[in-house]
Amino acid sequence: MDANNGQEAEAVLRLTGITKRFGPLVANDAISLSLKRGEVVALLGENGAGKTTLMNILFGHYTADEGDIEVFGKTLPPGDPHAALAAGIGMVHQHFTLADQMTVLENIVLGTQPLWSFNLGKGAAREKIRRLAADYGLEVDPDRMITELSVGERQRVEILKALYREARILILDEPTAVLTPMETEALFATLAKLVAAGLSVIFISHKLGEVQSVSDRVVVLRGGKLAGERKTADATRRELAELMVGGQLPVNEIGPSSPRECLFELKGISTRSLGGAALRQVSMQLRGGEITGLAGISGNGQAALAALISGTLEPVEGEIIVHGEKVERWSPGAALERGLGRIPEDRHATGMIGDMSVAENVISEAYRSSRFSRFGFLDWKAAATFANDIIKAYDVKCPSPDARVRLLSGGNMQKLILGRALDGDPDIILASQPTRGLDVGAVAYVHARLIEARDRGAAVLLISEDLDEIQTLSDRILVIHRGQLSRPSLRGELSVMELGELMAGHGHDEGASHAA
Amino acid sequence: MNEALEILFTASFWVAAIRIASPLIFATMGELICERAGVLNLGIEGIMVAGAFTGWFTVYMGGDLWTGVLVAALTGAMFGLLHGFLTVPLGLSQHVTGIGITLLASSLTYFTYRILLPEVSSPPKIEPFQPFAVPVLSDIPVLGPTLFNQTPLTYLAYFTVAAVAFVFYRTPVGVAVRAVGENPSAVEAQGISVTAVRIGAVMVGSALMAIGGAFLTMSAFNSFFFEMINGRGWIAIALVVFGSWRPGKALIGAILFAAFDAYQVRLQQITGGVIPYQIFLMMPFVLSIVALVVVARRATYPKALMIPYQKGER
Repeated sequence: MDANNGQEAEAVLRLTGITKRFGPLVANDAISLSLKRGEVVALLGENGAGKTTLMNILFGHYTADEGDIEVFGKTLPPGDPHAALAAGIGMVHQHFTLADQMTVLENIVLGTQPLWSFNLGKGAAREKIRRLAADYGLEVDPDRMITELSVGERQRVEILKALYREARILILDEPTAVLTPMETEALFATLAKLVAAGLSVIFISHKLGEVQSVSDRVVVLRGGKLAGERKTADATRRELAELMVGGQLPVNEIGPSSPRECLFELKGISTRSLGGAALRQVSMQLRGGEITGLAGISGNGQAALAALISGTLEPVEGEIIVHGEKVERWSPGAALERGLGRIPEDRHATGMIGDMSVAENVISEAYRSSRFSRFGFLDWKAAATFANDIIKAYDVKCPSPDARVRLLSGGNMQKLILGRALDGDPDIILASQPTRGLDVGAVAYVHARLIEARDRGAAVLLISEDLDEIQTLSDRILVIHRGQLSRPSLRGELSVMELGELMAGHGHDEGASHAA
Repeated sequence: MNEALEILFTASFWVAAIRIASPLIFATMGELICERAGVLNLGIEGIMVAGAFTGWFTVYMGGDLWTGVLVAALTGAMFGLLHGFLTVPLGLSQHVTGIGITLLASSLTYFTYRILLPEVSSPPKIEPFQPFAVPVLSDIPVLGPTLFNQTPLTYLAYFTVAAVAFVFYRTPVGVAVRAVGENPSAVEAQGISVTAVRIGAVMVGSALMAIGGAFLTMSAFNSFFFEMINGRGWIAIALVVFGSWRPGKALIGAILFAAFDAYQVRLQQITGGVIPYQIFLMMPFVLSIVALVVVARRATYPKALMIPYQKGER
């Protein structure tokens, strides 16, 4: 809170009755919100609660159907990012808005001078950036290309962009989603300095822990409506969670594991790159009755590992051993034959075919089996029965097996994939980012099914960028960094910070990495 | 064999190379500006035809040569505006629209030519730009006579490259153009209109393409023929890739290609019909493909090239 200003509580921003509809969906329903000078307000809510929409309206990316925005006592014209910038609002988007093959400096000065001028004023700009960086702990070299920067550094550039324009109100959309625990700490330190300098911050998040440590006040959105507002100091974690979910937070019990024999093993596997890092000399064992969690910052080889295990990427060297037997040719077909259940990372791109029906999608891995064919022709009746079974057993909300998959929500789509992957009780399960973008209820559901599979003796590999998820579910944790694995640690053995260190590449052995 | 090498050391060869390069330089810079802003402009071939005609026709009707250049540029800018309007706010396929612009611009030009000049059998002539020796610079040994004893339009081509490079890397508007081709949301987030920057860039680029066309009718030759652009627009598109979307490298590419072209004409004369002349005609194109394979494989292209940007609604 700010004391050097006469009045203690001067509102710098006031949203009144903001409503926004996308077709039949009401993304924001009469939301009002105010922000004071030197205050951090957390905007808490699940995916799809309307947080990002609200902030996009504030910033002028969307135009509200109803409602007013007042900044420093003046009404903000709707749908005009330029006006929002001029009024002193700076926004750090979840997906960075940086031009990659340009320098930090060019990205920052873009749009800050009149377009028609013969001078970029690089000298003065560099000076100002250096000063801001030093003042707020945002060190980054102004002359480096964005492509050369880490994710954390890119976020600093985004914050610098706002500060360079003298923003007084800073909006951060899920800023910690892509950061390591250390980078998150640094971000919070920066925020504290900004608030001390009199800026106001809106911090969008769905992580309760963060919200509690960083904010003065919490505004909770649920289903596009304002669900409640609390002083952070007065609110319990449980209370906030219930406001966010609109009821009891589902809790999964996970018992002690009873590890069995190794069902799937990689020995000295190297691959080519698949966008991110390539795997280098990776060895790992997946045991029955255990969930093995793979933590790591995105782009460190998770994609290559997932593709390798599902059979879509061939190893350059190394062995794959399934059920104690060395496999000569590993392919998607071989993976299915040997009982591998796959939950792919991107359900829209590789998990499901949006324009095909639910029935077509659920048999897409098994349409050749005798179960779904009669005299060599597809047996649509059997397919529909199977689809109905999954719909019932996994509580998928969908009108019929003939519905287009595109029309389902993310959570329902994921349940379908889960049903398809877990059909026939596979004993090896690959789950890549199985809960990304799902709401709390769906997350709990997916977790419960994975625990169930583990308890019946399956070997589960959970690849996730969400450390909370990894720590909650995994009996054994591996950390991947630049295509190499750390030594495995058991549940509870390492703290978040220690895992963060491993994710940042500290403590990885050079050369071969082993996991047993 | 010696004869073949001697060609490379004659001043007339290099003078011809620079002359052949000039329209390519304009066209390549034009395409480069469009693509740097994220818009592929396949209308280039037709826009060059249109510029070649309108520039020439202005002079034929009694206009000043520079007025002709200006008219050509405006013609190009208008087709650029059309291409920009269809591809930027409407977000139509840049390939399809571009090919449409090429067909429209060239056919419209031939049609207009026939309507305006129905009775001519041999193409009417104008008094074109004359070579102008730049004082002092043209006295530099070797370089002087080749680079600085050209027509004023060639000097304008040199200047264009320098100007494009300067604007791109030294001015706010250049930063905006490059950013809009890399990540339009970066530009939007900084309060600049993506649509305005892209359409502006396509118009300026198309104007340059049209001047490249006009070079042929007003400087290299003195009349307008059908088919006279003859694929130069398509070559410019390859040259942009060859130059990795950088003005300086693209300039080198244009001169290299032109040198190949000038060389093959002279080689044809030496070999005197032993080798079919088509082989020589083919040479610059084959070499440009080879050069593309070697040079352009690792080029970093503008990230938002050919991706329309739709603001707001989801």
